[in-house]
Amino acid sequence: MTALFRTLYEGAFNLFEKPMRMLQYSLGAHRMAWVFLLPNLLIFGLFTYLPILLNIWYSTTGGDRILLGDRDWVGGDNFATLFDCGSYLDPNSCRRDLFWRAVHNTGWFVVLQVGFMILLSLIAALILNRNIPLKGFFRAVFFYPVLLSPVVVALIWKWILQRNGVLNAGMDWAGMGTVNWLLDPSWAFFWIVFVSIWANMGFYVLILLAGLQAIPGDVYEAAEMDGTPAWRQLVRITLPLLTPTLLVVMVLSLIRAVQAFDEIYVLTGGGPGSATTLLIQYIYDVGFATRPRQFGLAAAASLVMAGVLLVLTLLQLAATRKRAEEG
Amino acid sequence: MLRFLTQRRGRDRLDMTDWIAFGFLGLGVFLMLGPVLWLTLSSFKTEAALQEYPPKLLPLAPQFVEVEGFETALQRFQVVSGEHAGRELAQVRRVGLNAQMVDPANPDERLNVHINDREAVRAVQVETENYTGLFTRFNFLRYFWNSTFITVVATVLTVLFNSMAAFALAKYRFTGRNTVFLLIIATLMIPPTVTLVPLFLVVSQMGLINSPWAVIWPAIATPTGVFLLRQYMLTIPDDLLDAARMDNASEWRVYWKIVLPLSAPALAVLIIFSVMWRWNEFLWPLIVLNRSEGFTLQLALNSFQGELQTAWSSLLAMTVLTLLPITLVFAFLQKFITQGIAQSGVK
Repeated sequence: MTALFRTLYEGAFNLFEKPMRMLQYSLGAHRMAWVFLLPNLLIFGLFTYLPILLNIWYSTTGGDRILLGDRDWVGGDNFATLFDCGSYLDPNSCRRDLFWRAVHNTGWFVVLQVGFMILLSLIAALILNRNIPLKGFFRAVFFYPVLLSPVVVALIWKWILQRNGVLNAGMDWAGMGTVNWLLDPSWAFFWIVFVSIWANMGFYVLILLAGLQAIPGDVYEAAEMDGTPAWRQLVRITLPLLTPTLLVVMVLSLIRAVQAFDEIYVLTGGGPGSATTLLIQYIYDVGFATRPRQFGLAAAASLVMAGVLLVLTLLQLAATRKRAEEG
Repeated sequence: MLRFLTQRRGRDRLDMTDWIAFGFLGLGVFLMLGPVLWLTLSSFKTEAALQEYPPKLLPLAPQFVEVEGFETALQRFQVVSGEHAGRELAQVRRVGLNAQMVDPANPDERLNVHINDREAVRAVQVETENYTGLFTRFNFLRYFWNSTFITVVATVLTVLFNSMAAFALAKYRFTGRNTVFLLIIATLMIPPTVTLVPLFLVVSQMGLINSPWAVIWPAIATPTGVFLLRQYMLTIPDDLLDAARMDNASEWRVYWKIVLPLSAPALAVLIIFSVMWRWNEFLWPLIVLNRSEGFTLQLALNSFQGELQTAWSSLLAMTVLTLLPITLVFAFLQKFITQGIAQSGVK
């Protein structure tokens, strides 16, 4: 195995050594930096920066054709359609009621998922930071679901939540009666929040734990000597010193929650009705899953989302800078 | 055991907070591992056992018997009380609270038994057919191969391209270096989910739709990878590289023979990330891979759960096989992975 790797490694070296040496002769050693950068920059240009520009084109043109030349200029029509609303608080009054339902769902999802996930991760991290036995095991257990694919996560829970599933059996046994978990709008929404916390929490536990471990121990020793009670140490020492990490965790999880799709799509398909349809799924449905494909509308919706993400990122930068100045 | 329970923060008694802490952790372990264990246990049950309600913990399958005069096999029951107590009968059908049963030895006589008077005959039956069937009845190997191909090729290219860029950014001084670095890091703010439509155009114009390369190409330049590797390469002393240049080594040799081997720990972290990203990826493959021959495991699982709503046995087995590789990697590299993530703050 090692020998094979070594042979491959040598082979790859020899394959490129000659052309690269020639390049170096003609360009000079100094300009080799650009040669090393080229593959990466090409890919970023083609698959990240070019699409951003094209996105603007799509959002200002209509029709179901993918080729840019076949599309008619419609100006701000796509955005006007999306924002054509009697009241933004009532999706039913909007021309694109599904878009607004997705916006509302995403808003609730983000608030609930991020809020509860950070609270639970913080508790878990605080407990794991104590001098408890089997620490490594517990940390690994919380982290394990993070590695599972979203589809697997969704299927694991679908199997538990299905009508004849083990959760309903437990409910029956406890005499509470069964519920059709994923076909009831409120319960379905509860479960997408729950499952996405389940799948992502371990990552934030890990980050918070690293933040907690960076707090110097002598601060606590001093507090201990002054006879400061434990809860006061938590409020006055731990939480303030953990704030930068908490901030990072919050923004990271916000940015991810706004883009939630995979688990939810497999678990509920956005249903029942549109009870669990979030923004990305709306974009996917409008642009790719239903015909005629409305690329313009999908692009406009993704630009709206990009705007939200940009604001979130800038907020993060501002918050970290403010903290750095104060600190 | 006593020591295990009492050695906490130098105090000799458990206080309230310890109990709450262990309660929280215990519940956590149950909630995190329980579902995965339940899935794995279930995947070894027969389809009949899976349809049973309430479900049994162990793969105890109901037993059936062929009875003369009946087309399908009948379920076996042990009658425990009432008129026919002690006999083993087969159930023909259930009518309300009564079951119409028959003695396999005497198929012509129908017997009525109250449903509470009988218990299903069960035997431990591990259904490996759930797994073997994936290879014979489904194209499992095809999906597995697609996923593996995408993961391996994308990871090799990711490591190669990102380390080349990181090398250029860490070890050369040239005008525009900061701009390039900023341009690469800025892509962190532009997740692929925001550019789905135009990305689809680019990929389809390149003729890549339904090819694994449609998933590979857009994914292999990652800001995370460049950043991670650049930070690591900054710690490699320049003197080492200059010494090699004195010996007339080409820049390529310096990169390949000195910088890459020295960056092994950072490369390993990136390899693990890349494997995880590509193996688990869902939305983009869902858009660009439309033919079932090209499906990755994740796409195959998703389409099966739509088609085979009732055939859970195959679906569960396939789910277990999909989570197995990642679980094995985690089991062996647990410490390494958690440390890598805690240090770099990325996933």
